[in-house]
Amino acid sequence: MKEAKITIENLTVRYSDGVEPLRNISLTVQRKAITVFFGPAGGGKSTLLRVLNRLNDLTDVASVEGRVLIDDQDILDPKTDVISLRRRVGMVFARPVVLPFSIRGNLTYGLELAGERNRDTLEAAVKRSLKQAALWDEVKDRLDEPAVALSGGQQQRLCLARVLALEPEVILLDEPTSGLDPISTGKVEDSLQELKKKYTIILVPHSVQQAARTADHAAFFLQGELVEHAGGKKIFNTPRDQRTDDYVRGRFG
Amino acid sequence: MKASPASRSRYIWQKVVFSGLTVITLLTVIPIILVVAYILVQGLPAISWEFLTAMPRDGMRDGGIWPALIGTLYLTIGTAIFAVPLGIGAAIYLSEYAPDNRWTRLIRLAIINLAGIPSVVYGLFGLGLFVLFLNFGTSILAGSLTLAIMTLPVIISTAEEALRSVPQAFRVVSISVGGTRWQTIRRIVLPEALPGILTGIILGLERAAGETAPILFTVAAFFLPSLPNSPLDATMALPYHLFVISTQVPHMPVQIQYGTALVLVVFVLVMNLSAATIRSRARARRQW
Repeated sequence: MKEAKITIENLTVRYSDGVEPLRNISLTVQRKAITVFFGPAGGGKSTLLRVLNRLNDLTDVASVEGRVLIDDQDILDPKTDVISLRRRVGMVFARPVVLPFSIRGNLTYGLELAGERNRDTLEAAVKRSLKQAALWDEVKDRLDEPAVALSGGQQQRLCLARVLALEPEVILLDEPTSGLDPISTGKVEDSLQELKKKYTIILVPHSVQQAARTADHAAFFLQGELVEHAGGKKIFNTPRDQRTDDYVRGRFG
Repeated sequence: MKASPASRSRYIWQKVVFSGLTVITLLTVIPIILVVAYILVQGLPAISWEFLTAMPRDGMRDGGIWPALIGTLYLTIGTAIFAVPLGIGAAIYLSEYAPDNRWTRLIRLAIINLAGIPSVVYGLFGLGLFVLFLNFGTSILAGSLTLAIMTLPVIISTAEEALRSVPQAFRVVSISVGGTRWQTIRRIVLPEALPGILTGIILGLERAAGETAPILFTVAAFFLPSLPNSPLDATMALPYHLFVISTQVPHMPVQIQYGTALVLVVFVLVMNLSAATIRSRARARRQW
């Protein structure tokens, strides 16, 4: 058994209006594997992702209780350097958002913010990240064109590459293929299978089928609660909880 | 297929309404065209190289408007020096940093009210604060500061609007790849909002260039034999000069009055046009 990359202990998130999108979550995320957080909308999956790179700092969160350890470091600690945390824990959003720069500019942006000026280093990162995101062959001759000129599927792979350019340790993907056609979806899923050899990946899938296809580990969330968590495809074939069984078999959702 | 009487009458009614709206729109444009045309016809004969670049002569009944033209240019630049950095700074604070609380609501309310104050009140305020209390005298400095205060609300509100229109998703993405708030503002938000901000600046300065009341007590001179040498000198200025030659000087040739008006209108119109050009160029280039 591979060791845990992320350990979540008794995590409860509360908004200022009293709503608790996550209640008492405890969970470990394995290193160099794809962990899937799935369940119906409103279950708290996206909120959990946003806790993991502290993007929830930007929203109206009243309190976050519990501990979240990434490599034994509690990232909820107020002394945490959130800037470097976000570089270590990258995020791909549901809607592809390319920045108003060239394709190259999108990829070098994060590195430049971190103070990287060396052209060769930047150029190498552009090439490596595009290859990892399976986009290199399609864009290698037009790196200086505006990124918005790309198709939706290409834009989403560019967003993945933008995260990869920073060489993070953890990659969070929040329904990254929800707006994509099946071919682009397949490309993203294939890259994830390749990327898990190097990175810890947490994916919120856009369907149970995608969850079952991609998961090494899976956690089922329902209304802010972690119902069930298991390795492999167990959760999809022989779920322990009746609610998981109902959801996986499509009786609700 | 033949239209039923009911749908035909609705169709006719639609035509009537549309024609009515077109006429109303034309009516609003007509006064503007008339004003510009009238000033053009009356003033154009006065325009010459000498009129633009010579000092006034013979009690301003002859010669040119050079000192007034140059004075208005100085005042516009002086206003920009004070109003632009302050205005953009305030807009960045309000759009990017300010929490939504009573304090910021108060600031916004103050800005809106500042825009509604009659310009003559700014003039009196400038006289009290800059000319007398701070002892700047009637000077370009005092006039520029007064005009800057008057211009600030326009610049702040348009700049804030421009900053807010930059998609929130850009900010989230920038933060998510390890950007600080300031890096996000400097590298994404400001560049994307720049055309809108520039438009606001030009519209604000254009108002400053054309106003008479705020400069009346703070900087404008009836007549000066020489150009200003320092920011602490008084100067002539186009709007005030126009007021003077239209009301204060007997036996003034009409041509010179309208020539001066024409120059002022063109000055402001050129600024307006450049604002429109910046806006439409940026819109064509925009990627969101």
